[in-house]
Amino acid sequence: MNESITLNYDVDSSDFTRAGEASSNVKRTLKLMDVDPEIVRRVAISLYEGEINMVIHSYGGEIKVIITPDEIEMVLRDKGPGIEDTELAMKAGYSTAPDNIRSLGFGAGMGLPNMKRYSDDLKIESKVGVGTTVRMKVYIS
Amino acid sequence: MTIKDVRDALRARYICGEELEGREVHSACGSDMMSDVLAFVKDRAVLLTGLCNPQVIRTAEMMDIVCIVFVRGKMPDDIMIEMAKEREIVLLSSGHRMFSACGLLYEKGLRGGAPYR
Repeated sequence: MNESITLNYDVDSSDFTRAGEASSNVKRTLKLMDVDPEIVRRVAISLYEGEINMVIHSYGGEIKVIITPDEIEMVLRDKGPGIEDTELAMKAGYSTAPDNIRSLGFGAGMGLPNMKRYSDDLKIESKVGVGTTVRMKVYIS
Repeated sequence: MTIKDVRDALRARYICGEELEGREVHSACGSDMMSDVLAFVKDRAVLLTGLCNPQVIRTAEMMDIVCIVFVRGKMPDDIMIEMAKEREIVLLSSGHRMFSACGLLYEKGLRGGAPYR
């Protein structure tokens, strides 16, 4: 693999049944490209947690995944509502998800901690009323 | 341990993937919270859960989990079964409750991996 590949997906908010389709597609693509299975798993988990967060918390948005020979960069950009306190949101166990989301198996306050755990680099930019952009990188080499 | 050994220990029944019962299982995780499952990385794991929605299959897919056991006799719907078949994930249903199901597999030598750090 010498060239870079960019994958783009739209994410609908509140469509919980379809949540994870983008992550699933990225995982399949990376497997077909013969990327190391451990790297593939780390990308899949980080992206899936991010995608689930977009479905649960945002008004929808888009995911861009850029695959190069050296790294996989994931950019998740939503249309709001934005995170009031990103430091607090990063704390394991902290969640603003409603009870109905917990009954679906998410909202345990582990999403962002898991994204940090499995990616090599995580950056969150958020403005209340505007939106949130999450950038994650997993290095291949 | 193989998937067949898991099935036998839990007196579970196959929902799909019986033809894959010879596949090896190296560790297990029991939870209804999928983010807890996603914090657990182990190769060739079996997931025990009482949760029954498509995100259980997706979580298993992301984690390369080879087998899902639905405890308390829970049964996935057709969409979930189709998703599992496409991803070659074996689905089992057991009448045991979560605690007993985990205990039975632990007794057979299956472990949960290192403590969370």
